[in-house]
Amino acid sequence: MSLSQSQSGRLAVQMMSHIRHALPAVLAVGSLVLIWEGYAWFSGVSPTTLPAPSRVLAQAFEYREALFDNTLPTLRATLTGFALSLVAAFLLSVIVDFVPLLKRALFPVFIISQTLPLVAIAPLVVLWFGFGLLPKILLVALVTFFPMLVALSKGYDATEPELQQLLASMGAPSWKIFWLARLPSSLPFFFAGLRISITYAVVGAIFAEYAGAAKGLGIYMLNAKNNFRPDLVLAAVLVSAALTLSLFGAAVLAERLTMPWTRRTSTGGNSR
Amino acid sequence: MSAPRLKLDQVGYSYGDLPVLENISMTVQPGEFVSILGPSGSGKSTLFRLLTGAITTDTGAIAFDGKPLSEAGRPFAFMPQRDALMPWRRILDNTTLGLEVQGIGRKQARERVSPLFAEFGLAGFEENYPAELSGGMRQRAALLRTVVQDKPMLLLDEPFGALDALTRAGMQRWLEAMWEKHRWTAMLVTHDVREAVHLSDRIYVLSPRPARVIREIEIDLPRPRGRDAATRALAAAIEADILETLLRPDPDHVDDAASHGSASS
Ligand SMILES: Nc1ncnc2c1ncn2[C@@H]1O[C@H](COP(=O)(O)OP(=O)(O)O)[C@@H](O)[C@H]1O
Ligand SMILES: [Mg+2]
Repeated sequence: MSLSQSQSGRLAVQMMSHIRHALPAVLAVGSLVLIWEGYAWFSGVSPTTLPAPSRVLAQAFEYREALFDNTLPTLRATLTGFALSLVAAFLLSVIVDFVPLLKRALFPVFIISQTLPLVAIAPLVVLWFGFGLLPKILLVALVTFFPMLVALSKGYDATEPELQQLLASMGAPSWKIFWLARLPSSLPFFFAGLRISITYAVVGAIFAEYAGAAKGLGIYMLNAKNNFRPDLVLAAVLVSAALTLSLFGAAVLAERLTMPWTRRTSTGGNSR
Repeated sequence: MSAPRLKLDQVGYSYGDLPVLENISMTVQPGEFVSILGPSGSGKSTLFRLLTGAITTDTGAIAFDGKPLSEAGRPFAFMPQRDALMPWRRILDNTTLGLEVQGIGRKQARERVSPLFAEFGLAGFEENYPAELSGGMRQRAALLRTVVQDKPMLLLDEPFGALDALTRAGMQRWLEAMWEKHRWTAMLVTHDVREAVHLSDRIYVLSPRPARVIREIEIDLPRPRGRDAATRALAAAIEADILETLLRPDPDHVDDAASHGSASS
C-alpha cells in the first residue's frame, strides 16, 4: 500500500545516495588496479616478482579449494578469539565501572599490552601454547580486548548527567542506573569499537598463523612466499581482505539492527 | 496559612570552596506554584540537586510535610533542565520510566500513561522516538513522565529554556491551563521573568552566585493571565519591577533598596 510504496521509494533513494557516495572510492581503486595491470604487462617484470592483478585473480580461482580450506581456520580463530575478547571486555568494563579504583590500577597495564609488537609476541605465544587454536585465540583477544574495553568505558561515561540525576531522583539504585542509562548510552561507542576491532581481529589471527600453524591464511601466505609464488600470497591477501570486509559489514548490520532509533531520526513520524 | 509542604531553613551549600547557596529560606504551600527566579549560574539547579538528594546541605535544614528530607521518602517528581528523554526508548516507554523504576509492571504502567497522551498533545506519537518530535512535544513528554509518577510535589528545572520564543509562550499557556486543572504543588526554576510572573503564585528572586533570596513576591493576578488588557498591564508592571531588582548593580543592597536609596542621596 501507500506506506510500503513510500518505504520502497525511500530505499531506492537511499541506495542511489549510497552508490553516489561510494563512487569516488570505487573509481580510485579501479584506476589503481588498472595502472598496476598495465605496468605488469608493459614493463616486462617477472610474475614471480610482481604478478598482474588478472594473474592473481586467475590463480585465486585455480587454487580456490586450498584457499577456502585455509580460510576456515582463520575465520574460526578470528570469531572465537573475538567473541572471547568481547565477553571478557564487557564483564571487566562493568566491574571497572562500579569500582573506579580498579580502573586506575588496571588500565595502565592494558595500555602497555597494546604497545607490544605483534611480530615479537606471536612466535612466543605459539612457542608457549603450540600450533593449535589456543595461541590464535589469545592473540586475537590481545589485540581486540583493550580497544573494546576502552570503547565501553568511554560509552558509559558519555551518559547524560541529567539522565542519571533523573533516575537517582526516582530512587533507582546504581545497578539500575547502569542498566537503564549507562549501558544503552554506551551502544554507539561499543559499535564504533566493534567495527575497528573486528579488523584488528583478522590481522591478529593471520599473524598468529604466520608464526606457526597447521592451516590458515597466515601459514598459507608464508608457504606461498617461500615457494616464490607472490601471486598466491596476494590471492590469500585478497581473501583476507574480503573476510575483513564481510565481518565489518556484519558489524554495521548488527549496529543498525540494535539501534533502530538512529535510523529514523530524519524521516519524521506521522506529522504534527 | 496552613503548614507548608516544603520548607527550606537557612540552607547553604558549596562545591568545594565555591559557595553557591547562602542562607536560603523558602516555603511552598500545598497546591502552590512557586518559582525560583535567578541569573544563570546562580545555583538554581544546585537547589534541586539538594532536594532530589543528589547532594546534601552543608548548613541549614530541609523539611517536607514537617519531616526531614531524608525521612520524607522521595516526595518529588523531578524534570531536569534538558528534557533527558532516552533517545533509545519510544515516547510511551520514556513516559513510563518513573513507574518502571518504582517497580510497576510494564503493562500496568502503560495503561496508566496512555490516557494522558491526548491531554499532553502527544496522541499518535506513542511509538515515535524522541528525535522524531519537535522541541515543544519533547518537553511535554518530559513533563508527562514527571507528573505521571504521582508524587506530592513537582520540581521543574527550566522546562522551556531550550525552546524558541513562540513555542515557549505556547507552552507557558498550556502549562498554566494544566496547572489550573490539576493544582499540582510545584516549584519552577527559571531565568525568564515573564514566565515566572505568568505561572506563579509566588516568586523567590535569587542574587547572582552565591545565591541568596533577595526578594519574595506574591503574584495576585487572576488566571488565565496575560490574555486581557488589564492583567497584561499588571503583569508587565510586575515584570519591569523584578527586572529592576535583578539588574541592580549591587545586590547587597536590594532587599532594602528603597530606604537605602533615599538615605544615601
Ligand atoms: N558539580 C559541580 N562542581 C563544581 N561547581 C559546580 C558544579 N555544578 C555547578 N557548579 C557551579 O555552581 C554554580 C551554580 O550552578 P547551577 O546550580 O547549575 O546554576 P543555575 O542552575 O542557576 O544556572 C555555577 O557557577 C556552576 O559553575
Ligand atoms: Mg540550571
